[in-house]
Amino acid sequence: MYALNYVRPGSLAEAAKLLAAHPEAKLLGGGMTLVPTLKQRLAKPSHLVDITQLPELHGIRAAKGRLEIGAATKHHDVATSSMVRRAVPALAYLAGLIGDPQVRNLGTLGGSVANNDPAADYPAAVLGLAATIVTNKREIAADDYFQGLFATALEEGEIIVRVVFPVPKRAAYAKFPHPASGYAMAGVFVARTGEGMRVAVTGAGPGVFRWREAEAALAKSLRPAALEGVALDAAELNEDIHASREYRANLVRVMAKRALGKLSGRK
Amino acid sequence: MARVTLTVNGVKHTKTVEDRTLLVNFLRDELGLTGTHIGCDTSQCGCCTVHVNGRAVKSCSVLAVQVNGAEIVTIEGMAKKGKLHPIQRAFSECHGLQCGFCTPGMIMATAGLLRDRPNPTEEEIIHGLEGNLCRCTGYINIVKAVKMSAKLLRGRRHG
Repeated sequence: MYALNYVRPGSLAEAAKLLAAHPEAKLLGGGMTLVPTLKQRLAKPSHLVDITQLPELHGIRAAKGRLEIGAATKHHDVATSSMVRRAVPALAYLAGLIGDPQVRNLGTLGGSVANNDPAADYPAAVLGLAATIVTNKREIAADDYFQGLFATALEEGEIIVRVVFPVPKRAAYAKFPHPASGYAMAGVFVARTGEGMRVAVTGAGPGVFRWREAEAALAKSLRPAALEGVALDAAELNEDIHASREYRANLVRVMAKRALGKLSGRK
Repeated sequence: MARVTLTVNGVKHTKTVEDRTLLVNFLRDELGLTGTHIGCDTSQCGCCTVHVNGRAVKSCSVLAVQVNGAEIVTIEGMAKKGKLHPIQRAFSECHGLQCGFCTPGMIMATAGLLRDRPNPTEEEIIHGLEGNLCRCTGYINIVKAVKMSAKLLRGRRHG
């Protein structure tokens, strides 16, 4: 790791000021991606601005059909929160699948959403539930937020404060994890919302995306069989040593069916 | 440089270290606690698992300064008054190791797992140790050791 300066601001405003003063500074959440990246010298920030202890970034609240989760909330705390389990059990389930126990004890919601790893789990829930990303500057709809491989709508100096999830009628997540890394080879989050069905896919493409053809098919029937023959262009998907495009396309369809199977079961 | 104070196995230590110092290096190089191993150094293997404020983390993926002020428990803090911790005893009795390199991490991960789930199923044990790799045993005896640990710890709580 290159030498750097670690700073722990006392407020969100101070954190923003630090970012503005040091153009090469980077925000630090749980560090579950950033610290290994630094160790490999793939990044050389002048400062690490640790925002995990900012009070503005903490807390889980449920009210008026919305579930708000502070950006510094750890995966373990989302997975085990009785409030999350009641409001959106699929989200608690998803958080419990991220990485491994040690990673879940440090990694944060905001860190995952800001990093937007194409195989991360949280982006599927954020997009699938049509959540809103609240930053220190504005509110961003999930549909506008995710912009492909590690790319988001976040601007320089913008800090995610919390994510607001509308509580769906029902939702479910099914993931085929890579057996070594635990990252999603394909993960599909389906949600039945007031505005219809949403299907978000992670792990399979260059970034999380909505499978709109499936959403249209599910508007007519919620049976898993409704996804047979629904178009999914394999050419758009990832290909690597772990799986071909066609294999990933098949995984997406199978995971979507599994998620639908869960959807019809308990909430 | 950062002035870092950690309470490690009940003893408070303050050291001035570079900001980039990893927690595992703080423990091994500054405090001489070499029971916490560095296996893969890429946050895969879990050999470096320690507890920070009661939660298992991989100390090779955390800066010491990030956890400034925290309570840390390492493998050296498990045995009390020369008597092995029940989890250590179970790993020994079930032969839940061969070369022993991953064992400190396995034991700290097991302690974390059993705190959350005192009576885990085999499935929960396997998932609960997903962050730890063993290249010798094939895990069979490790799972046995975790089951026995759970039994011993339950007995201790009731007794």
